[in-house]
Amino acid sequence: MKKIATGNKAVAEAVKQVQPVVIAVYPITPQTEIVEQIAEFVSTGELKSRYIPVESEHSAMAACIGASITGIRTFTATSSHGLLYMHEMTNWAAGARLPIVMANVNRSIGPGWNIWAEHTDAMQERDTGWLQVYVSTVQEAYDATLMAFRIAEHNDVLLPVMVNLDGFSLSHIMQPLDTVEIGDFIPPMHLPHAIDPTHPAGYGGLTGPDQHFKFRWDIERSMRDSVKVIEATEKDFAQRFGRKYGFTEDYLCEDADVVVVSMGTLGKEAEVAIDMLRKEGIRAGSMRLRWLRPFPKPDLKGKEVVVIDRDYSFGFGGILAKSVQARQKTDVYSVIAGLGGQEVTYEDIADFIRKRRMGEEYWFGVNDHV
Amino acid sequence: MTMYEIRIHSRGGEGGVTAARLLALSAIHDGKYATACPFYGAERRGAPIVSFVRIDDKPIKIYSQIKKPDMVVVIDASVMDVVDVLQGLKRGGKVLVNSTHKIEFAGFSSSHVDLTGIALKENLVVAGSPILDTAVIGALAKMGIITAGSGKMAIREMFTDERNVRAAEAAYREMSA
Amino acid sequence: MDIITEIPKEEYVLKCSSACAGCSDSLALRYVLKAAGPDTVLVVPACCTSVTQGIYPNTAFNIPVYNIAFGAAAACASGMSNAFRATGKKTNVIVYAGDGGTLDIGLQALSGAFERGTDFLYICYDNEAYGNTGMQRSGGTPMGARTTTTPTGKTDAKKDIDAIIAAHDPPYMATACSSYPQDLFKKVQTALTFRGPTFIHVLAPCPPGWRYPTEKSVEMGKLAVKSGMWVLYEREYGKLSINPQSKAAMKNPIPLEEYLAPQGRFGGINAKTLEMLRQHLAKNIKKLAAEEAEE
Repeated sequence: MKKIATGNKAVAEAVKQVQPVVIAVYPITPQTEIVEQIAEFVSTGELKSRYIPVESEHSAMAACIGASITGIRTFTATSSHGLLYMHEMTNWAAGARLPIVMANVNRSIGPGWNIWAEHTDAMQERDTGWLQVYVSTVQEAYDATLMAFRIAEHNDVLLPVMVNLDGFSLSHIMQPLDTVEIGDFIPPMHLPHAIDPTHPAGYGGLTGPDQHFKFRWDIERSMRDSVKVIEATEKDFAQRFGRKYGFTEDYLCEDADVVVVSMGTLGKEAEVAIDMLRKEGIRAGSMRLRWLRPFPKPDLKGKEVVVIDRDYSFGFGGILAKSVQARQKTDVYSVIAGLGGQEVTYEDIADFIRKRRMGEEYWFGVNDHV
Repeated sequence: MTMYEIRIHSRGGEGGVTAARLLALSAIHDGKYATACPFYGAERRGAPIVSFVRIDDKPIKIYSQIKKPDMVVVIDASVMDVVDVLQGLKRGGKVLVNSTHKIEFAGFSSSHVDLTGIALKENLVVAGSPILDTAVIGALAKMGIITAGSGKMAIREMFTDERNVRAAEAAYREMSA
Repeated sequence: MDIITEIPKEEYVLKCSSACAGCSDSLALRYVLKAAGPDTVLVVPACCTSVTQGIYPNTAFNIPVYNIAFGAAAACASGMSNAFRATGKKTNVIVYAGDGGTLDIGLQALSGAFERGTDFLYICYDNEAYGNTGMQRSGGTPMGARTTTTPTGKTDAKKDIDAIIAAHDPPYMATACSSYPQDLFKKVQTALTFRGPTFIHVLAPCPPGWRYPTEKSVEMGKLAVKSGMWVLYEREYGKLSINPQSKAAMKNPIPLEEYLAPQGRFGGINAKTLEMLRQHLAKNIKKLAAEEAEE
């Protein structure tokens, strides 16, 4: 069904399709519309979930964990400081092998208070064992949320999945949305380790030095197995609903001399920059990274790579740039842009590509090549 | 069609963001692609805010703010005291102002319609503020940005109160170029 | 103890703050700061005040304001107060937080700071919802009130933060309302004469949240007190004194409907919920009156 919706509303629409049994969620700008829309769906009966208006984000994730281990579907959403406040529990959720789905509306971290788009919040969760996907359109926010449940719950995965959408730049923008009849796209949930009083067991108790590492390896093994599950899920989605997704979204990369790698809405706007550059005779391409975890193996051989990081790891570098550099074993041109909602237009992106200096790092708006 | 970019100026609580959404929804019903986005400062009543709408024949991949609008809509004329509503407006661009009388903007084509008067006549008032976002859709239809039919469809999708449609129809009738 | 009976003219809340028209939070803050004076640090978690301060590079408050994460205000104040006192400074440490940051996410830190006898004043201005993020329900939202996350009216009762604080046995606590500025001024002054944790709970009617015209904020607070829905009182070492405005209201309350009717958030409240509110109000009044009589 064709509608128009904001990124936030699209996430809520997908959640309505999936009908999680429990939703525990705490409001934080710019995620609030997700919470409010869910509350409205619950009040009209369209969404038959138990909505728990928890008193903090740490409690939101803790409540989701408690709900999920009973073997039911659960969902939450947050942003920035809320995500960081949950950090102890996001670690717990992955370690507990729970297929929780969470929408994170990417927002920067204070002080000072800044409510606009930045990826550092979710980037700081990259080591937790959560799968992470970054979307760039309202439609993709809806689609990715649907797929997240199926991927998370697949018994080869059983890890939580985070769907990231840019604060304000996507969460609050209205674009066309085509909702689907989900049918049996998401199979009934079966959590092998769900609590069962007829088969009592201890969960997450004391684990000694001779055992603990095995559980950590188990998470990593499932993270590697998730690659096939993601591929199969996205393929099935394309077959049923006609929209194709992959680990990256590549635009004119095949014959490109230079490729710009980025995530989120910047990755979409980059395509407009590519069109501009192609008219100037520059063979440029855009590779929008969708999955951060598991981190893909992009094919960038023989190309110059410009990476735009809407994040930073102080004392080290742009997280995406360093990740791509490690994978590609080649120098990149690292651009740090868009922090705190800093405006980055397709003209700026084109300029990053035109003025690239391989091996260097450039803080947009701060200096001319550090 | 190349992309058509519209910037809407209003104050918080007057429906500027909703007007942008209605406009985008109307354009989609006209078979176009459209995006609408607000630029948020802190959310508070009475503060000047800006919303953006882009309309095109192909999917819109731009998320950054509109720098050179083709058209500017001023829902609350009082913001003109504090904001340069004409900033970046393309040469030959259009200005639509909520006003009882024509306001000249040198170098630009100006239209006006008394959205406030229309809203008050239909008793479209919430918490003391007249609702201007649905009425303005009628004016935009008269200017050919969207069709009247799509405008009404969009209003009815977002609002159940038929007064909103009547306000849009009144704006359509009363608008003078 | 010298308590100034005349309210100083100096303004610490400067013109052009980012407040909404009719903001009670800002009105209350003006009197809080007049009472506290310039040797004060305001600790502000995420709340409306973190917005009304304005945007960098300006600040609308002419005293040091320390912004801190949503749930951490009392803990931050605890550290700050200990640091000042350890270095011989008498600087007032005042937390100025909304109901969200006090009753919900900030409750743990608040309880801890009070249990440890921290020397600070905690002021909760209560607009009965999460104002900063667009009026979602909080633990402070009254039963029956519509918010963006309780579209058909909250079904749970308002959390009694005053009882929770009283259970920590602070040397001084009080309730207040932005519509009674002299009363608030006096209470802040009084609180600051005590060493140890003190608490003031200020009702702060909110035009966009409660859905009434912006010019009616002061009137709304008065209706709250006159109906008995909000009782003005103080506790000094636990001993209760009900203030004259509320004593009068308890003798001759206006009907609860007169307070609820002008607020859009109570629109469509059903008879059962209304009756529960009425009963709760009556029970509360009775309990307070009985306690005061006993003393």
